[in-house]
Amino acid sequence: MLKMATEFENMTDVRTAKMSAKDVHVFYGDTHAVKGISLDLHQDEVTALIGPSGCGKSTFLRCLNRMNDTVTTCRVEGTITLDGENIYDPKIDVVQLRARVGMVFQKPNPFPKSIYDNVAYGPRIHGLAQHRTDLDEIVTTALEKAGLWNEVKDRLDSPGTALSGGQQQRLCIARAIAVNPEVILMDEPCSALDPIATAKVEALIDELKGRYAIAIVTHSMQQAARVSQKTAFFHLGDLVEHGDTTEIFTAPKEERTRDYITGRFG
Amino acid sequence: MTSTAIFLSLILLALVAFALTRQKALVSAGGDPAKLHSLPRHYGYFASACVILPGLLAFSIWLIFGKSIIEGLILAGLPENVYQEGVDNAALVLNRIRLAIENTVAVEKDPDILAAAQRFNDLYIKGLWATFALSISFGLVGLYLAANRTQPDFRARNKFERILLIALAISSVLAVATTLGIVGSLLFESLRFFQEVSLVEFVFGLHWSPQTALRADQVASAGAFGAVPLFAGTLLISLIAMSVAGPIGLLAAIYLTQYASVRMRKVAKPVLEILAGVPTVVYGFFAALTVAPMFRDMGIVLGLDIASESALAAGLVMGIMIIPFVSSLSDDAITAVPKSLKDGSLALGATPSETIKQVVLPAALPGIVGAFLLAVSRAVGETMIVVMAAGMQPKLTANPLEAVTTVTVQIVALLTGDQEFDSAKTLSAFALGLALFVSTMALNVVALKIVRKYREVYD
Amino acid sequence: MSKETTEFKPTDWQSPEMKARIKRRYRKEKSFRVMGFTAVIIAALFLVTLLGKISSDGIYGFFQTSIDLDVPFSEAVIGNPRDMDADAFEQQVMRTNMLRLINDALVKEFPEVKSRRDRRELIRMVSSGARAQLRDMLLADPSIVGTTQRVRLLASDDIDQVRKGKINPEEAEANRKVKDRELAWYNKLVEEDRISLNFHTAFLTHGDSRDPEMAGIWGATVGSALTLVVTLAIAFPIGVLAAIYLEEFAPKNRLTDLIEVNINNLAAVPSIVFGLLGLAVFLGVMHLPRSAPLVGGLTLALMTLPTIIIASRASIKAVPPSIRDAARGLGASPMQVVFHHVVPLAMPGILTGTIIGMAQALGETAPLLMIGMVAFIVDIPGGVTDAATALPVQIFLWADSPERAFVEKTSAAIMVLLFFLIMMNGLAIWLRQKFERQW
Repeated sequence: MLKMATEFENMTDVRTAKMSAKDVHVFYGDTHAVKGISLDLHQDEVTALIGPSGCGKSTFLRCLNRMNDTVTTCRVEGTITLDGENIYDPKIDVVQLRARVGMVFQKPNPFPKSIYDNVAYGPRIHGLAQHRTDLDEIVTTALEKAGLWNEVKDRLDSPGTALSGGQQQRLCIARAIAVNPEVILMDEPCSALDPIATAKVEALIDELKGRYAIAIVTHSMQQAARVSQKTAFFHLGDLVEHGDTTEIFTAPKEERTRDYITGRFG
Repeated sequence: MTSTAIFLSLILLALVAFALTRQKALVSAGGDPAKLHSLPRHYGYFASACVILPGLLAFSIWLIFGKSIIEGLILAGLPENVYQEGVDNAALVLNRIRLAIENTVAVEKDPDILAAAQRFNDLYIKGLWATFALSISFGLVGLYLAANRTQPDFRARNKFERILLIALAISSVLAVATTLGIVGSLLFESLRFFQEVSLVEFVFGLHWSPQTALRADQVASAGAFGAVPLFAGTLLISLIAMSVAGPIGLLAAIYLTQYASVRMRKVAKPVLEILAGVPTVVYGFFAALTVAPMFRDMGIVLGLDIASESALAAGLVMGIMIIPFVSSLSDDAITAVPKSLKDGSLALGATPSETIKQVVLPAALPGIVGAFLLAVSRAVGETMIVVMAAGMQPKLTANPLEAVTTVTVQIVALLTGDQEFDSAKTLSAFALGLALFVSTMALNVVALKIVRKYREVYD
Repeated sequence: MSKETTEFKPTDWQSPEMKARIKRRYRKEKSFRVMGFTAVIIAALFLVTLLGKISSDGIYGFFQTSIDLDVPFSEAVIGNPRDMDADAFEQQVMRTNMLRLINDALVKEFPEVKSRRDRRELIRMVSSGARAQLRDMLLADPSIVGTTQRVRLLASDDIDQVRKGKINPEEAEANRKVKDRELAWYNKLVEEDRISLNFHTAFLTHGDSRDPEMAGIWGATVGSALTLVVTLAIAFPIGVLAAIYLEEFAPKNRLTDLIEVNINNLAAVPSIVFGLLGLAVFLGVMHLPRSAPLVGGLTLALMTLPTIIIASRASIKAVPPSIRDAARGLGASPMQVVFHHVVPLAMPGILTGTIIGMAQALGETAPLLMIGMVAFIVDIPGGVTDAATALPVQIFLWADSPERAFVEKTSAAIMVLLFFLIMMNGLAIWLRQKFERQW
């Protein structure tokens, strides 16, 4: 296991990673949820985190922008760096970190505000726009990038909660993009969506991969195969195998990975 | 013969009925309970119910209407010089009769009244005996019918459960009956009031001085009944109370739900619960004896003229009383906001306070508005604090340093001490009560609707 | 600004403006947090002030000052018990003006006081309750006649206030109730060690009185207890039965919806309105006796009913359907399911709700004012139809009294009331914790 990780590090050292986790452990009270995971995220790349439920992939994802801070019983060990800086360093400002590392949740969670205000919320609190026109520009761009612009441009004032599930999720992605993040974390973004909405979100992820480092937790192996370049397989808090998506799905090295991919457990 | 004796004999009869029918059921089945449709005791229960219910019916008719009927008879029998129909002194005459009955010391000299008192007593005793006879015979008829039906194939349990179900339903209707009773009695007395004082004067009049209407036989020359100063005073004190309880209660709720550690919550929650459990009369005492004099002394130091019964003191203490109310209802509203919304905001890099102010509170707004409305209704209807700490002067002012009076203070002032049921002064208390009931009810209905709608959104 | 540039230019988080902005945001964060904390502290401070003020005043209410006087039980005043039978002696004692005994004792203690006016003032240092004290002594033990006994007599409320330090001797004479001469007498008594402050059991065992040193809360306590008994006897069965019906049997239709809304709204109706209802219906229509615990109890029962119904319904709802299914599966009728299985399981919750409702009723004042339980009543009520008052009303009445000494009596009465409330709520919490069940 440990050998695996070092081997993988050597393999990817060629390029500098955008985010890099080294030997990360997470505890919920007495429960050891994530056991020594090392993983890099790269710019221009989508990394899929797959594995059965309760394998620690969501927990690990939430460590990357310190959302686990909101859980009082949660404790994180090891280092995670963003552009070489340890994000768990006390010097690091978590507000800034979360602006740089955006997140999209499992269930669409638009704020009970208008579509415009949903997207403008981040830029406003961070002061990214000096004038109203700048803000309009940011909102428009974010909605365009999220592929939602044409559907909502005439009703920016209607509440975000009035959109369909798929639209809501794309609104949440637009909301994350609007803050101008460098990394986007997605926690099963399509699990609450129907197939058509899922296809739209997947197309969007593909579109976005050029500009952001993206990590996506997913239950669906087909989705992982479709959208990701790298795949990491988690099991019981361990990172079992990690590598190019095509390789993982066609020639997994580990027994457990093969069993999972072929559907023998999950 | 007393009412208690009637009640007890009914109970006794019911017990006898239980024992008898239970035995009869067993005998009818030849001593083998298995041959009965129901258990022997079910036959007993059924018989008891058949005795008690009709008996109680007769008894409660007496309880509710007995005295009124007797009074009617007495009044009708009085000579014209004492009482004339149409002349509105019935209550006065009745009161004299009542005093003549109760007083061992003979104050009453009028022979007509004394005779009436004697007649009243006779009728009352007769009425009691009649009720006794009636309710016991009702009970006996019930027992006879029940005993007749005590056969092995009689479905005693089903019948008894049927009766029980009706009793359950009646119990639940009683809550509605209470409301109807409130509305009915307030409306009835208020209508009598509005026959003497116009509704327009009551609702829009700027002058309130009911004390001039002292003579019950001259109600037409009543004093002024313009309730606007009372409404204004109530509003002023409620406003002060809400400006204390609103921010403190809401902020406390925010702190306890969003920031406080588990230990802090464990200490703070009981503090708020105790604050909520302190009787209002204690707050009133605190307001009148500690807070109001403190404000007055402070006013002297600052060169301000603060009344010793200032609206400020009463309002402040009322605000303290309402803090736990606001905070616990706001607490519910805030915790009902899904965590995903909060996470969404935090994940965008918002600070906790930005998240609370811009996401959590707007999402919880309907619940909080509901909480505030309920709190206002609480403040408007609060009695003891204002009775003890606010003044009696119906003054139309927005200055919190002056003494004002409220609707509830006036109700208490009008109805404590000696009173005549018919005078406009007394009746005006019911009109005020009606105004109070209608306004608090409206606030409650709106608040509960908002809160309910809001819960549906997040369920 | 073109799209391309916004897309690819990362936000400059290190710029001075951005740094200043983040600093500002954190300052706001902190101040908001402090505001919340302050709100909690303010609420706590209010509570501490309230309870502190009341207990620091109230503690004095349980103590009363006495004056030890050598009382000559002279035969000349009382008559000789050996000359008559017990009944005659009792009548003689009841007839005797005990003030003369007190007067004699004071004359012996203060021989320098001569004029009638001064003597009268002197005798005012002893409470009027001292007469009953002496009478009881004589009746209990007639053999003391002819002897001189040192008796611990209750002091008047003014002397009591001096002893408790509530009247400041330094203040200008015109501004205080106890004048210089009385203070001199008082000081003499103190020097002779005749003044003492003792626990005052009469406060807990006596009825009301116009004299603060004689006033007790037993009458009000009994009144409250009788009222609560009536309330419980009415509200508990009806409330539980109504809850059972609404939760288990009521069809879901407009009528039950109406009942439900009605109960919720009734819980928020101001208590004084219930008082008006009681006045109009129980006194006006049914002519029940005024000022009686019966009427108070009925009125409070109507007020507590919604609380009990709401709590009972919640408790009944919490019993899982599987229990009902199991009982029904054994052939129990719907009534048997409810009364044999559901209600016993829901009982702890129902009782908790009932106790909380009763505690509310115990603290309630306004409705009782409406139905006349606000009279000055010395006698201890013996039944639910006797005129009575209740603890909170007693507090209200004493708070209104002009005598300064009533302040501490009021506070002491509040302490007793709060004690009962704490016991009741404690019982409710204990019940809840003991029988709390996770289904």
